[in-house]
Amino acid sequence: MRVLRFLLQKEFRQIFRDPSILRLIFIMPVIQLVFLPFAADYEVRNIKLALLDRDHSAYSRALVNKITASGYFMLTANCVSFQEARAAIETDKADIILDIPPAFEKEIVKETEATLSMSVNAINGVKAGLGSAYLQRIIMDFNQDIRTEWIQFPRFDQDTRIAVTFSNWFNTSMNYKVFMVPGILVLLLTMIGANLTAINIVREKEIGTIEQINVTPVQKSHFILGKLIPFWILGLLVFTLGLGIARLFYGIIPAGSLVTLYAFAAVYLLAVLGLGLLISTYAENQQQAMLISFFLMMIFILMGGLYTSIDSMPDWAKAITKANPVSYFIDVIRMLVLKGSGFGDIGYQLGIITGFALVLNGWAVLNYHKRS
Amino acid sequence: MVDKVIIADKLTKRFGDFTAVDGISFDVSQGEIFGFLGANGAGKTTAMRMLSGLSMPTSGKAMVAGYDVYKENEKIKRNIGYMSQKFSLYEDLTVRENIRFYAGIYGKSNAFIKEKTELVLKQLHLTSEADKLVKSLPLGWKQKLAFSVAIFHEPKLVFLDEPTGGVDPVTRREFWNLIYEAAAEGITVFVTTHYMDEAEYCNRVSIMVDGRIDALDTPAQLKKTFAAQSMDEVFLKLARKAVRGE
Repeated sequence: MRVLRFLLQKEFRQIFRDPSILRLIFIMPVIQLVFLPFAADYEVRNIKLALLDRDHSAYSRALVNKITASGYFMLTANCVSFQEARAAIETDKADIILDIPPAFEKEIVKETEATLSMSVNAINGVKAGLGSAYLQRIIMDFNQDIRTEWIQFPRFDQDTRIAVTFSNWFNTSMNYKVFMVPGILVLLLTMIGANLTAINIVREKEIGTIEQINVTPVQKSHFILGKLIPFWILGLLVFTLGLGIARLFYGIIPAGSLVTLYAFAAVYLLAVLGLGLLISTYAENQQQAMLISFFLMMIFILMGGLYTSIDSMPDWAKAITKANPVSYFIDVIRMLVLKGSGFGDIGYQLGIITGFALVLNGWAVLNYHKRS
Repeated sequence: MVDKVIIADKLTKRFGDFTAVDGISFDVSQGEIFGFLGANGAGKTTAMRMLSGLSMPTSGKAMVAGYDVYKENEKIKRNIGYMSQKFSLYEDLTVRENIRFYAGIYGKSNAFIKEKTELVLKQLHLTSEADKLVKSLPLGWKQKLAFSVAIFHEPKLVFLDEPTGGVDPVTRREFWNLIYEAAAEGITVFVTTHYMDEAEYCNRVSIMVDGRIDALDTPAQLKKTFAAQSMDEVFLKLARKAVRGE
């Protein structure tokens, strides 16, 4: 135990003397949590609309007014021919063409039915999908407006209609930031935890000090604990800082218990630090360590359920997310922060992450040799 | 009979097809300064790494400080000091912190560390630099400090791998004074070097060529055997036979 104390003292001295580690620990969370959530916005706005109004009637103008008033669309081109509208899409001046046929008003009035056509630039699939969905919704609304205007006696309305009302649980205002910020915090913790540990140990390999340690009677377990404990404490510090930012900037206060949240974060950090340790036993230099951890981070981030829902992934991808510790913590942090779940609800995830921690650290210890 | 601190018997290390160390046999007595010479790539560092428990021998036998290198390598580590080719103190720690750290992980008591630190600082004339970061020291000072740290825990034996590489002649002389002081206290010194004047300072010298020990004797006897004026000549006569390149 005395040996461990010397190892810890040395590690903390080095950490607090290294300005780049301190920058990484304090500035990175602030930047990622304060700026990223504003950019990582699920909502699609500023969809560029090319209008081809061949009717020029009161109804067509009312429809266009309704669309532009929604705030989602910008009328960027007012075209007179389909060729012109097409050119607008080709030159990226427009994302969607709304084609209003010549007899639009007449058909609505006479035949109570009219056709509109929409052409969408689908290069950006999300924007195309959401843009056309928004536009359809507005047109349906418009349709509804006209009908209510015409029907004098709603009681005798011959169409049966089902109206659906929504109530959003756990995130009542559907604020995507409440959804994103905890997830980004998980990624941050993963990156800092795995990278710091891996780079730190590999740097000792490069400098040659690890060989000096290997020739002393220091036990493997002491050496590894001497590396894990300082970064574990730093990780929890970053987590606290992140929760503070979430509260200060976004007013996100975890609905569940903080004790449960910290308990999970503590175990999760052990798993992530174990991963960093494992990387360090395989990498010979810092570049290798960076590349390995960068590769893993890409998979962890894209398959972690932060940006895309795991439920809508194909089966093989779902299988991969099962091996991704990030996905469990993102799940848990959303349950704890948004839903206010209790300790009993996260038992499954806690068990799995404990397994990750044991396997990764065990593997790293086995793969760390004092003698080659 | 004097205690043997190192006994090596046909010690061999192979990396795939390449035999880095090819069945070397020798012994080193307590308190001796043993020079371990050889051209670059002759296998000196590999042999030293096997003896200090950093590298697993492929075959052969060796006892270091009375312990078997195969099974008791952790016990060996309690009894040896090691100074590698690469400078291996922490540059972002101060002189005093480095001493304290290495002494601490060898399990030395606080009282021992405190007392001996002052002694070592005085011996190295580093008392006024004790709280400066090691990276601010000149190379010669760093090497002397690294040596003092390697023997701080009072081992039976210290391995020095080219300790004076790149160091100026005056500092090299001072370094060797430290080695003599350590030997006088009973610490056996096992040292590799490329400076033939340093070889003259050793009690006995072995010369490795292509993984084998081709000559082993006192410097005076070696010069006689090879009819040479200096150790330089002895070394050149032997090393020219080498087929292994750098």
